[in-house]
Amino acid sequence: MTDPTAARTPDELLADALGRIAPEADLSNVDPDEPLAEAFDLDSMDMMAVLETLQELSGVRIPDRDAPKLSTLAGVRAYLTHPPSRG
Amino acid sequence: MAEFRMPSLGADMDEGTVLEWRVAPGDTVHRGQIVALVETEKADIEVEVFTDGVVQELVVPVGQKVPVGTVLALIAEPGAEAAAAVAAPPPPAPAQAPSPAVTPAGRAHPPVRSPLVRHLAEERHLDLEAVSGSGPGGTVTRDDVERAAARSPRRPKISPRARRLAAEGQPAPTATPQRAESRAPGVAMRQAVGRVMAKAKREIPHYYLSMPIDLRAALDWLDARNANRSVADRVLPTALLLHAVAQAVRQHPAMNGTFDAATERHVPSERVDLAVAIALRDGGLIAPVIPDAGSLDLDGVMEALKGLVGRARRSGLRGSDLSPGSLTVTSLGDASPGSAGVAQLFPVITPPQVAAVGIGAIREQPWAVDGLLGVHPVVWISLSADHRVSDGRDGARFLATLDDLLTHPDQLGA
Repeated sequence: MTDPTAARTPDELLADALGRIAPEADLSNVDPDEPLAEAFDLDSMDMMAVLETLQELSGVRIPDRDAPKLSTLAGVRAYLTHPPSRG
Repeated sequence: MAEFRMPSLGADMDEGTVLEWRVAPGDTVHRGQIVALVETEKADIEVEVFTDGVVQELVVPVGQKVPVGTVLALIAEPGAEAAAAVAAPPPPAPAQAPSPAVTPAGRAHPPVRSPLVRHLAEERHLDLEAVSGSGPGGTVTRDDVERAAARSPRRPKISPRARRLAAEGQPAPTATPQRAESRAPGVAMRQAVGRVMAKAKREIPHYYLSMPIDLRAALDWLDARNANRSVADRVLPTALLLHAVAQAVRQHPAMNGTFDAATERHVPSERVDLAVAIALRDGGLIAPVIPDAGSLDLDGVMEALKGLVGRARRSGLRGSDLSPGSLTVTSLGDASPGSAGVAQLFPVITPPQVAAVGIGAIREQPWAVDGLLGVHPVVWISLSADHRVSDGRDGARFLATLDDLLTHPDQLGA
């Protein structure tokens, strides 16, 4: 069985998180700077669920105030690659 | 002996079909345990049992449509001489399965699939429809499932709902991003919604009131409250609005409960069982319930809302989610691409309820405070109410209470 904690790319993590809310979502066609909510017709509850799952899968804690930074694919990549350091 | 009956899973539901039994005779069940998957016109619902005991008999087989109230199964409650009386497990499928029979309605019975086989298929992540059965009449046996599992790589499960939509000719969800208007609700869902709405408009004399409410204080309060929480613990404005509605309704019982057409009287409800209208991704509308919302705090409302939306979207709603509501709230608050969102929404009351609350989009608007003009986040909240139960003045007072709660959010709890 694959080690569930093996490092996955931000794209893989996001695809997994998105898939639970919008099974038909396909990240390969998305403009990295397009808001995910628009690309996949997600409302505020959906976006929240996606970020919550992303937090869970990535192990990176996402404070609520950082949520706007994760609104696009580019934003997710940047945030998960270089998560803000703890003080 | 307890009778497990087909529950009513919505105002529109008269009958349902058991799609899957999740238990078999001889199984011990507990209160709240999911025992069956029932198909209604709107959705496939996981149905719970509300007694402890041992399953004696599954009275209604898979695939048979029965009216609400029909006895589906018999459960021996603890203390009865149950265990010894349970019939021996049915003989292995090949010995007893009949060839497909034709029901009076003229449709062939699906091949017999025991709950055990279904469980096994689920565990192995197999689509049972695609497994060929080697038993008589195409019955799928345990061995068939094990062989299929060994052969095929892990496949995605196809929900009964997706299968039904495919049968109706609806396009299956594709891999490309979709816009809402390209997903059409199934015919059955459309008709179910339509029937209830038509009845509501025919029978309930609606009156409508609407009020703009300044949410500057409420949203600032909520932002401060959310600031140090993770995204998982964030409380959304929608939850705050639902919480405020539940609290306001407690003070205005004429907006809550049901109307008994036979006696022409309002039947007040002690609890606020808040039905929340949720749009499903493949189209269609369902209104699962937050039971006793009036006694929940803000975090409790948010948790309940997340649970309902999550289950509704995953086609995993349970029978208890569809217990009758005493009031319905509909929100079209989220803006769609290119639009600021609907300003005012005038809902249709779901019979036999006596009121419904509509919540529009929160929009930045000019707003006067102490003679000075500013820009505030404003939401229009509407009340549709049954004129047999209340008058405009009662409705106006309800909206005034709601306004007071939302403009003084500290009243809404920590």
